[in-house]
Amino acid sequence: MSNTVKKKGLSREQVLSAIVVLAFYIAVFVAEQIVPSTSMLFTVLKKGATYALVAVSMNLLNGFTGIFSLGQAGFMLIGAYVYAIFTIPIAERASVYQYYNGGIVQVALPIFIAMILAGLVAAFFAFLIGLPVLRLKSDYLAVATLGFAEIIRAVFQWDKLGPVTNGSNMLRLFPTFNDFNIRNANGDVTIYLSTLVPMLIAGFCIALIILLINSTFGRALRAIKDDEIAAEAMGIHLASHKQLAFCISSFFTGIGGAMLAMYQTTVQAKSFTTAMTYEILLIVVIGGIGSVTGSCISSFLFVACSEWWLRFLDQKQMIGSFEVPLLRNGFRLVVFSLIIMIVVLFFRQGIMGTRELPDLFRRKRKKTGKEARA
Amino acid sequence: MKKLLIAVLCLALLIPAFALADGTVKIGVFEPASGDSGAGGKQEMLGMQYANKECPTIEVGGETYNVELVYADNGSSTDKAPSAAQQLVSNNVSVVLGSYGSGVSIAGSKYFEDAKIPAIGATCTNPQVTAGNSHYFRICFLDPFQGTVMATYAFKELGAKTAYCLAELGNDYDVGLSHYFQETFEALGGQVISDTFPTGTSDFTSYLTNAAMYQADVFFCPVSIAYSTQIIQQAAGQNVQFPILGGDTLDSNVVANAAKGTNVTVTISTFYQEGANAAFDEGFKAWLNSDAEAMTNNGGNNMISAVSVMGYDAYYTAIEAIRAAGTTDSAAVMAALPGVTLNGVSGAIAFDETGDAIRTSAFIKSVDTATGDWVFVAEQTVE
Amino acid sequence: MWNTIFPYLLSGISVGGQYALIAIGYTMVYGILRLINFAHGDVFMVAGILMVYISASGVPLFISIPLVLILTSLIGYLIEHIAYKPLRQAPRMSVMISAIGVSYTLQNLVLYITGGLNQLYPTIPWISNSITVGSASTKIVTIFTPFLTILLVFALVQLINHTKIGMAMRAVSKDFETSQLMGININRVISVTFVIGSFLAGVGSLLYFTNYTTVIQTSGAMPGLKAFVAAVFGGIGSIPGAVIGAFIIGIAENIIKGLDIILFKAGLIAKPLGLATFSDAFTFALLIIILAVKPTGLFGEKTTDKV
Repeated sequence: MSNTVKKKGLSREQVLSAIVVLAFYIAVFVAEQIVPSTSMLFTVLKKGATYALVAVSMNLLNGFTGIFSLGQAGFMLIGAYVYAIFTIPIAERASVYQYYNGGIVQVALPIFIAMILAGLVAAFFAFLIGLPVLRLKSDYLAVATLGFAEIIRAVFQWDKLGPVTNGSNMLRLFPTFNDFNIRNANGDVTIYLSTLVPMLIAGFCIALIILLINSTFGRALRAIKDDEIAAEAMGIHLASHKQLAFCISSFFTGIGGAMLAMYQTTVQAKSFTTAMTYEILLIVVIGGIGSVTGSCISSFLFVACSEWWLRFLDQKQMIGSFEVPLLRNGFRLVVFSLIIMIVVLFFRQGIMGTRELPDLFRRKRKKTGKEARA
Repeated sequence: MKKLLIAVLCLALLIPAFALADGTVKIGVFEPASGDSGAGGKQEMLGMQYANKECPTIEVGGETYNVELVYADNGSSTDKAPSAAQQLVSNNVSVVLGSYGSGVSIAGSKYFEDAKIPAIGATCTNPQVTAGNSHYFRICFLDPFQGTVMATYAFKELGAKTAYCLAELGNDYDVGLSHYFQETFEALGGQVISDTFPTGTSDFTSYLTNAAMYQADVFFCPVSIAYSTQIIQQAAGQNVQFPILGGDTLDSNVVANAAKGTNVTVTISTFYQEGANAAFDEGFKAWLNSDAEAMTNNGGNNMISAVSVMGYDAYYTAIEAIRAAGTTDSAAVMAALPGVTLNGVSGAIAFDETGDAIRTSAFIKSVDTATGDWVFVAEQTVE
Repeated sequence: MWNTIFPYLLSGISVGGQYALIAIGYTMVYGILRLINFAHGDVFMVAGILMVYISASGVPLFISIPLVLILTSLIGYLIEHIAYKPLRQAPRMSVMISAIGVSYTLQNLVLYITGGLNQLYPTIPWISNSITVGSASTKIVTIFTPFLTILLVFALVQLINHTKIGMAMRAVSKDFETSQLMGININRVISVTFVIGSFLAGVGSLLYFTNYTTVIQTSGAMPGLKAFVAAVFGGIGSIPGAVIGAFIIGIAENIIKGLDIILFKAGLIAKPLGLATFSDAFTFALLIIILAVKPTGLFGEKTTDKV
């Protein structure tokens, strides 16, 4: 992609990539109208889109800027809470904030404004956290951001903040993905959009990130990743670039958090643990550190494997009268983690390495020229 | 090669996987089989499995259907609950049973509602489970009732003036029950101090010290079995003077086992006392004794937990509803559910307008620390 | 006032000692491989599960305890051999991901084997008994832990300072490549490091689970994370630093749990603030403060980047 930036207009590879993406969206739209809405397919697509966005924004930090942050769960939490707090219908607040007399926030914003607000608040927290933390180096930075995620989790659970956050209790009854479906007067769904819209939101955000990566700013980030000292010598202001990258990544992570809230239909600080950050990190690595396309593909595969395709391993299966041994609750996760280990140990580059979608078409055209690309 | 693999995998994403065998009616079991509430969830499932063994077929519209239980493990956590709920929905179940733990029930609720599948909670006692919706029903009493029972018992029977409440952060069941306990206890003239602990805590010594420092007369901890066993054991280590009170989650032989051989008093409110229905007790124990896996899931002995009884009753409630609906269609079952009445093992079951069971009494029982058995203390009724 | 704080201190010192035993494993591995071994907390948990299963099979304690320690060391060795050794030349990120993968695998394996149910840890006689010290009643293990911890640390420091393998370890942690050139068998040193770390985690698990008697697949996560924070706090790579960091974190955590009542009794607040909510978070806050003031931890060596 990098060597096509200078050209005016789009290259053949980019056009092909755009067609593939468009075809994918059309396929999703069609599938949504035909396939029963109860199918696990849509669960996977919705959650996959959410994770793809978060994974890409993590990749922006880890893969493109070289900031090893493990605070994703914390920023998702902020995004999810801000979204939920500002969209619960006023009529429902008394029942949600049952222990806090309906809470003190008494506005209900439109969905998209609340999502942007979610991103902005996450970015603001990132700014505050970034001040002390971004000075740290590699592992220390990772641990400090991980610690911040844990602190944020505790703060949101604090009873004294209950009128805003509902304490440690669940937030619910806010608009979810199913509210994107278009219904007729009887309340029956006429056009299903509950999968397509989240995928469009995620796609739009990821497109913005790609534009950013290919801009001057993005190239500066890559320079920082390759060699901080050299980058500084070239006139790149390290602190401000890192700070900005951290805030931008957190902005999109916050939006991802809002999407997760919509997917889950309930939000609770308790579930935003470090395990969630590790999952996203695994997605990034499996997809290939430094590849946006890889992060997207691997998040769908990751979600599909963990939620859908391997489910049969959790239940007793009979082949004729033969009962397959070992299959019982939990076996799915054992197999899943073994698959992850194999990928980590033997396919270190991940699915895509550092290649992007257009690179795949380029490879088809001239195989030998491929290796020379940086 | 790798590209081809990815293409195949992406295509596989688009293949919908659903199939419904004829002559089978599916009942979804939405229970935790792992996590903090795993032990309780498994015991609740035992009741359903036993009931399923006892009544494996159902006559609907002149045709005999096999009843198949479809399991989905919600992992005791509100973030795993959505995909477990969706797994049941995608399996086209006619009705859902569960869950043990109110938080996961609430987390799964919206998915069942959107798919027009009714759910019958066996032991989820938080009012928010059924409030404001028409698809969630429950056969147990509610937390306001249970909190009142325990607070009244602590204040009047035990003469407690100061109570220490401990709940797990973000567990709707714990927090709710503590809240209602506090409300009643303070209304009676007592004083309540409440604390919360983060998920995954295993060191409760400082919380026990807190209670001692506040000179609490009772220690109310309606927490998961995983935590309550730790609290009891650590309380024994610290020689605490106050009794430990809890809600229905503590009614498990695992908890009784933890208190066995210590000098800690553990008193709880619950749905059922072993011996109330001799025929059921005998059949259930015989089944446990004959099935090694069931025995393990019951904590290694054949003591009957109230949650198993509730699971059993929930299963029969579902069967009654399907029979009344005359079809396996989930929407029809939902429409039939409010009218269902049943004479269950845990008592007569009938629903009020919010979908809650009409119940006015709870059992209070306590652990005999010499034998490790639950012994009956009182039957408490609140109007 | 002393009587109010004392029980919390006691709990803190005890849990701090247990964290210390885990933290040593983190800090030693980091010192040599520059790897945050995220799976270490899970090795600690697996040691607990092994004890549960071995005791349940009727093996007497004097066999089961050494057996558990040997098996835990073996697991540490195998993890290094299977998951880290093939990645010796790979970027550090890959090894760390592999560690997360191992952690994930161990947890899921235990989930599968136990069926997700809490396992009750067997009672080890004597150290499980109750004892009254000053204003607090506790188990003997609480008193016993810090002494055993200090004893083991002392032995470890002796080993590192006065044996051949100890010298090799110091050399490797100073400069990986040069020590290789000097004829040190790097793989052997790394294996020994993992074995020692896992052994101490095994001892830690015996003490920890005797105090807090349930083991479940996630039991290792929080203690592991706290011990790791302790290691960073003390300056990762430094053994005394890890031990001191662990004690500070253990004590701080328990004081926070009782802070409401301590402040209340001191007359500083009128009613409880629910500060116990922050018992875990405070650990991390402390960490960030230390890192902001001294980026390499309390006893960490100052590293300079060569251009």
